Amino acid sequence: MSSAHQEPDYMKIFFALTVLTAVEVGIIYLPIGKLAIAIALILLALGKAALVALYFMHLRFEKVGVGIIALTPLFLCTLLIFSLLPDLLGMAHKKQHDQAEKPASSVEQGFNH
Amino acid sequence: MSQVSTVETAIDPVESPLTPDSSGKLGMWIFLAGDAMSFGGLLAGYGALRAGSPDWPVPQEVLGISLTAFMTFLLIVSSLTMVKGLSAIQNGDIKGMIRFLSLTVLGGVIFLGLQAYEWTHLMHREILFTSNPFGDYLFGSTFYIITGFHGAHVTGGVIYLAVLAIRGLQGKLDANNSSIVEIAGLYWHFVDLVWILVFTFVYLI
Repeated sequence: MSSAHQEPDYMKIFFALTVLTAVEVGIIYLPIGKLAIAIALILLALGKAALVALYFMHLRFEKVGVGIIALTPLFLCTLLIFSLLPDLLGMAHKKQHDQAEKPASSVEQGFNH
Repeated sequence: MSQVSTVETAIDPVESPLTPDSSGKLGMWIFLAGDAMSFGGLLAGYGALRAGSPDWPVPQEVLGISLTAFMTFLLIVSSLTMVKGLSAIQNGDIKGMIRFLSLTVLGGVIFLGLQAYEWTHLMHREILFTSNPFGDYLFGSTFYIITGFHGAHVTGGVIYLAVLAIRGLQGKLDANNSSIVEIAGLYWHFVDLVWILVFTFVYLI
């Protein structure tokens, strides 16, 4: 039975999740780059998700097979993101290119006149 | 009567090769892995549409995050009451389990109420499934699909846990079949876990 393992301190996990949520909300107002904020937010979210899975869902105390089942969607979603990368980067590049094109053409006009 | 209880003990819990508990728990894990892929697909699609959009609004400015930060906290609290409920029944405290399960259900119902309030508020500001005055209309479409899909899961969880609380009141749950509560708990924590990701990707980033 699962009660064979020692029960984790659920209050500690609860406080950790609450504090991490407050940090997440605070971090978006920091005067740092958008990319740095996004990376920090993703890492914090993955940390929180791991706490819920490992302790509230008792994954830490399960056999390895259950861990493999739980990690499968994470692995497949990572593959999904990689397969979308050409789209994601291509569209982001196009967006940057479109935005950069207008000022560039006006500079060109400036030189001509 | 004794025959019936013998049969029940023989059926539940059945050891599975992967979990030390019932095969029902293994079944729930496999279901959750598939369900996680549904959310993964939705969030990946959201990312692709957002990356390609020239006028995607800044989510925190349009949606506001104080209410949803509170909703996140509410689900974390409900996960805590869920594990407390499981601990209670594993120690044979049926009343404690019913009390904690009821609190978990209450947390879920308040969450749904706040989501309904948020949706109504956004619709009044003309952020709809196919239109959005603040930028790309796909912002509204993806927002309602992802939060709606999650809200449907919360609704399912509220019904699931309410049924278990009623079964507890009827005296059908005890320390010997606590794995039923543990399996329901897995589902509820998964709903919390997914919201952590939705809150980050749809509201904060």
